[in-house]
Amino acid sequence: MAEAHPVGFQWVMEAKRRGAKVFHVDPRFTRTSALADSYLPIRAGSDIALLGGVVRHILHNELDFREYVLAYTNAATIVSERFVDTEDGDGFFSGFDPETGSYVQDSWQYAGHESDSGSGHTAQERDTAAGLRHESHGAQVGGQTVRDETLQHPRCVYQILKRHFARYTPEMVERVCGIPREKFLELAEAWTANSGRERTGVLIYSVGWTQHSVGVQYIRTGAIIQLLLGNMGRPGGGILALRGHASIQGSTDIPTLFNLLPGYLPMPHHADHPTFDEWVDSIRHPGQKGFWGNARAYAASLLKAYWGDAATPENDFCYGYLPRMTGDHGTYQQVLNMIDGKVRGYFLLGQNPAVGSAHGRAQRLGMANLDWLVVRDLFMIESATFWRNSPEVATGEIVPEQCRTEVFFLPAASHVEKEGTFTQTQRLLQWREKAVDPPGDARSELWFFYHLGLRLREKLAGSELPRDRALLDLAWDYPTHGPHAEPVAEAVLREINGYEVATGRPLSAFAEARDDGSTAVGCWIYCGVYADGVNQAARRRSRHEQDWVAAEWGWAWPANRRILYNRASADPWGRPWSERKRYVWWDPDAGQWTGYDVPDFERTKPPTYRPPEGASGPEGIAGDDPFVMQGDGKGWLYAPSGVLDGPLPTHYEPAESPVRNPLYRQQANPTRKVYAHPVNSVNPSPPQEHSQVFPYVFTVSRLTEHHTAGGMSRTVRPLAELQPEMFVEVSPDLAAEAGLAHLGWAHLVSGRAVIEAKVLVTDRLTPLRVDGQIVHQVWLPYHFGFEGLVTGDSANDLFGITLDPNVLIQESKIGTCDVRPGRRPTGPALLDLVADYQRRAGIVPGHPAPTLTPGALAPPAPADGAGKGRDAS
Amino acid sequence: MLPDPHSLSGPLDPAPEAGWTDAPPRMGFFTDTSVCIGCKACEVACKEWNDVPGSGLDLLGMSYDNTGALTANSWRHVAFVEQSRPAGHPAGVAGAGPQFLGMPGAQPPGRAGGAQGRTDFRWLMMSDVCKHCTHAACLDVCPTGSLFRTEFGTVVVQEDICNGCGYCISACPYGVIDQREGDGRAWKCTLCYDRIGAGKTPACAQACPTESIQYGPLDELRERAAARVATLHERGVGEARLYGHDPGDGVGGDGAFFLLLDEPEVYGLPPDPVVTTRDLPKMWKRAGLAALAMAAAAVAAFVGGSS
Amino acid sequence: MPEAEFTSYYGRPILKAPVWKWDIAAYLFTGGLAAGSSLLAAGGQLTGRPALRSAGRVTSLAAVTASTVFLIRDLGRPARFHHMLRVAKPTSPMSVGTWILSAFGPAAGVAAVAEGAAWLPERGLSGLARRVLPPVGHAAGLAAAVTAPALATYTGVLLADTAVPSWHEAYPDLPVIFAGSALASGAGVGLIAAPVAQAGPARRMAVAGAALELYGSHRVETRLGLLSEPYRTGSAGRLLRAGRALTALGVAGALLGRRSRTLSALSGAALLGASVATRFGIFHGGVASARDPKYTVVPQRERLQRRRAAEG
Repeated sequence: MAEAHPVGFQWVMEAKRRGAKVFHVDPRFTRTSALADSYLPIRAGSDIALLGGVVRHILHNELDFREYVLAYTNAATIVSERFVDTEDGDGFFSGFDPETGSYVQDSWQYAGHESDSGSGHTAQERDTAAGLRHESHGAQVGGQTVRDETLQHPRCVYQILKRHFARYTPEMVERVCGIPREKFLELAEAWTANSGRERTGVLIYSVGWTQHSVGVQYIRTGAIIQLLLGNMGRPGGGILALRGHASIQGSTDIPTLFNLLPGYLPMPHHADHPTFDEWVDSIRHPGQKGFWGNARAYAASLLKAYWGDAATPENDFCYGYLPRMTGDHGTYQQVLNMIDGKVRGYFLLGQNPAVGSAHGRAQRLGMANLDWLVVRDLFMIESATFWRNSPEVATGEIVPEQCRTEVFFLPAASHVEKEGTFTQTQRLLQWREKAVDPPGDARSELWFFYHLGLRLREKLAGSELPRDRALLDLAWDYPTHGPHAEPVAEAVLREINGYEVATGRPLSAFAEARDDGSTAVGCWIYCGVYADGVNQAARRRSRHEQDWVAAEWGWAWPANRRILYNRASADPWGRPWSERKRYVWWDPDAGQWTGYDVPDFERTKPPTYRPPEGASGPEGIAGDDPFVMQGDGKGWLYAPSGVLDGPLPTHYEPAESPVRNPLYRQQANPTRKVYAHPVNSVNPSPPQEHSQVFPYVFTVSRLTEHHTAGGMSRTVRPLAELQPEMFVEVSPDLAAEAGLAHLGWAHLVSGRAVIEAKVLVTDRLTPLRVDGQIVHQVWLPYHFGFEGLVTGDSANDLFGITLDPNVLIQESKIGTCDVRPGRRPTGPALLDLVADYQRRAGIVPGHPAPTLTPGALAPPAPADGAGKGRDAS
Repeated sequence: MLPDPHSLSGPLDPAPEAGWTDAPPRMGFFTDTSVCIGCKACEVACKEWNDVPGSGLDLLGMSYDNTGALTANSWRHVAFVEQSRPAGHPAGVAGAGPQFLGMPGAQPPGRAGGAQGRTDFRWLMMSDVCKHCTHAACLDVCPTGSLFRTEFGTVVVQEDICNGCGYCISACPYGVIDQREGDGRAWKCTLCYDRIGAGKTPACAQACPTESIQYGPLDELRERAAARVATLHERGVGEARLYGHDPGDGVGGDGAFFLLLDEPEVYGLPPDPVVTTRDLPKMWKRAGLAALAMAAAAVAAFVGGSS
Repeated sequence: MPEAEFTSYYGRPILKAPVWKWDIAAYLFTGGLAAGSSLLAAGGQLTGRPALRSAGRVTSLAAVTASTVFLIRDLGRPARFHHMLRVAKPTSPMSVGTWILSAFGPAAGVAAVAEGAAWLPERGLSGLARRVLPPVGHAAGLAAAVTAPALATYTGVLLADTAVPSWHEAYPDLPVIFAGSALASGAGVGLIAAPVAQAGPARRMAVAGAALELYGSHRVETRLGLLSEPYRTGSAGRLLRAGRALTALGVAGALLGRRSRTLSALSGAALLGASVATRFGIFHGGVASARDPKYTVVPQRERLQRRRAAEG
């Protein structure tokens, strides 16, 4: 955190100053470790084992916040008798379909709900990264559930959890992660001791945690711990992601993702959502409890915002104009499609995939095979010059004279040169003023898209073609100002907030959204940010002039609520769990919820409220169900649907690992997404043959001195000179083993690429003893590329493409490689070296090893039920 | 000609001594290395605000320090020290704890056998800066009056006066002030004279995310620092000690002082700096005697013989 | 001596080595030569040894001119040399030196110019100059001689008043060495320029100067503990050894060559060479001590320990 988020780390230091004990778990000793009270070196890719160890520590010692767990989580809910855990299925949950490598989730459901699994077969959900949809709400669960409040039922979630994590003992943590058991216990004890009625703990991760083939399950494990300890919906609790850029939260709220529309409305699929009604019903699940019942109003208002007067109830608000998904349109599929000549043009905005994305060679080869490419950036980055300056030019794979891509570089305005909002990890929108005019031809994104739209519409003005109607009917009329006709950013914010079409009055809350075309709302969850015609995100009231929640600083979605699910900060009867952690509570005299924050609950619904039989929507949520966006109102220790690779997290090895999975015969996540494309390959891992060809683990991350792919730091002298060269950090032991010298050269080889780097020999890296085996890890910064003031080979070139099944994020924090002294070969000899390694490792490009470990799958009969011992055969 | 004995050494309030009447309180830095995260925001902020040129694009292999030292082109310098101390090593004993002797060699500092000794591995970071000495040798020896004492008690080079004689560079006991290549003049931290004059915090302190660099009236900072050391000692960080805080030291105390976690020389600081001009009266005396001897010898040579 | 054990930051120097280049070392010599030869000139003037007088005066002007060139050349901003004259600071030996040089230089110049009086025509304006110059030259020569010891010895303070360990700690001895070296180099000029009959004072000056120089050098090479090391090793050590050998040769030649003009001249040259070597040796010894953190850390660490021991 000190490395990548030094400004945020000030609060860790503040906590330390007040006596907090800081633990740091990381494959290498970083600047964070330097300031931590305790540092735990971990084998990259083994975090579920570590966190699972904490879960077991909690359950085994009954350290959970029992009243909270019982009332607010699904611990007591009984799960289908058809469910089989990985512990009984040798690494597979019930419902695995080896044909598609994905799960049928019926058997994961709560008892009695097997048939109404919303997910069903998940192969298509994986292609469309459907897990992302659940970022603001859980998957559907219908009706009432069967519960055992004593938590004794063998199929209640609590007992399933206990059995599932029983093997994650401190000894196992040591075996899998390489963390000494005493160190682990110190961590587990500190975490549990600082949670409960009087104390809360927050889990903050950086998004590198997600970049694994089991990335979503990492976060899930953290969520289970936080729920068990009563750390959700309470002040000082929660799970927060530190993003890699200033407004990544904003870029999922109003998404730059292929499968989402603003406010987490799913992008329609051509086969599943042919009509507006079918699309809307797939979101709101008629009959389901919770707040998604109003999805029709959000969807209609969004389309109304898009197409204005043209959108009417009669034409389903121009639903027909919306693009449809036909399958996987994720960024990696796109790149492969580019290589295969299926993509003609590409816009690249504020992104540098030639350096920043996994498998840099694939990225560059893809971009070199387009008709046109528009790059908008602050500096001339690698993704704009790959056609004349990339490693592939040196190897002869790209010939500048023959590269067919026409690249248009358009200078972009930086964040200080334009106005707008940042949405940070707490969902807080903060307005940003423009400080200086952008230099020269640099323009804001807002300007670019608005004027691009104007020009396109101008060109199409006379068109009679139906396909052009979507563009021509757009409501595209933002006010502008200044010499360059810059659109007024506040006008866009007003549209995002939403307004009454007839009067133009800004809406105050999303409850005012209507499904009859009388309201237009650009992003329903942001509704209220422009309430009363005031830019609420621009509020800067000093913390000294308001209480500690500071509700008048900026604006948080939804409804300026600072902590989600804050009903959980009070006990089931609506009283604060403790005076110290008082936040939102029921005021019986006033007959309403009150507190420091906006209650995340219907204001006048008493704690004693019980829904009538068959109630749905918000009405179906009981007075003591705080997780109001979940179908059952509960926090999910166990996810009966919504997570494609299992209702519970379990340890799989990374797709590339020198270590055999100590828990199961199945080596890695069986549902991970692998592309069989000639450009892609996966290094062999045990029990496959030849895994020793790539004996070392490499992991990559950031340096404080640089920013992501370096486009904004390697180009700026005061930053560039602070870390002026690509380097690789190795332990003294590995340096001795591989013959590396401090400040000498080394090159690293994977099945995809070979890169070179200067060697830093340091005790900050240490070999780990894992399951009796010594594992050497090396670390690389991923900031370097071939443009800028300081250049170097790109670490991300080493990675192949293997994705998490839920959100299609790449596994780009761990891979295997070989490390050799000296500089890498150049020109065609470089390709020969990679080919030689591929040959020795038995890699056949385009034919990845099967995701199922040979001999691993011994599928239990569906009717087996739970509770049997592991199949020893 | 040399009035107050304390004008060359010992405790002193430098601004009034330099002739400022109604001087504001003496301002300075307290750099608490126990909370430094090595982010180098101070280095960058300093360069941006003061328009300091680049200092080279070379990888030094000194942990994460690619700046190397305070120079004419780096007025803040974050030192990085990797230390692995054998378990049970008593920290903070004077003169103890040097595992790294002299020259850097091919091995990185602080290497000592693998995973076992790691619990005591330390990574020290420290943002160094001009000390703005109470008795500033650079200022004393400057022959042009380019270096001067500000009303805040800080020491600043006037770039329009400096003629690059280089005397200040040899005089600084901390190796701070430096000649800029291609420019010829001497440059160093101004403690953001332009900012503090306008009531603002110096750029480095403003940018520091963890309040490792604190700016304020020196008296206040000294109190704060003493309290911080006491707290750290209570928490078992026995090796915490202040450096440059003592008005009784060889330079009369620093305007920019530090909380260190090891001996000063580990960070590249002199353990017992002394302002060279403290001995200047004695030097002049010796020079006078030598001059007399010379004159006498000359006279004797002419009057003492016959040929 | 066993290798001193000490800690440093990656072996990097703590101090900035002096940025002064060779011309400052050369100035140490020419400044001393100017001082020594002006004393020689004044002695010759007062005791009626015209050869010593005129050689001394001319050498003095040449040396002080060279000194000025060296000093300005070494500045980072030579065009701003006159900024030296903005202030007069007793805490700055360089400022003091500037004013000494400003007093000495013109005096030495006038004295040397007066030597040309004999070549002027006897009539007219130049005839007047021919008559006026010698007394003015006498006054100027004496003025230069009075300033000369200051010029010769302030440079010792110039070097000592720095943080450079082996210079600073040598502060009691540097003026002595430089005074001796200045005398010896002045004597060298006398031995080269004057007929043996007039050279007696120069021989005695050579002996006295050599004695002071050798005494001082011996002290800095032995008395400073660890900080003597840079004067005994490396290029500084070689230069100082060469200086000592040349001094010995020069003195021996001066004493033995009473009858031989050639031997006298050779010994004069040896003395000049000795002075050059000594100055460069002292200069480089200091620079070497600043470049190695050992010379900063170890003595300071010892001083601290002594102080702590004394405090109990």
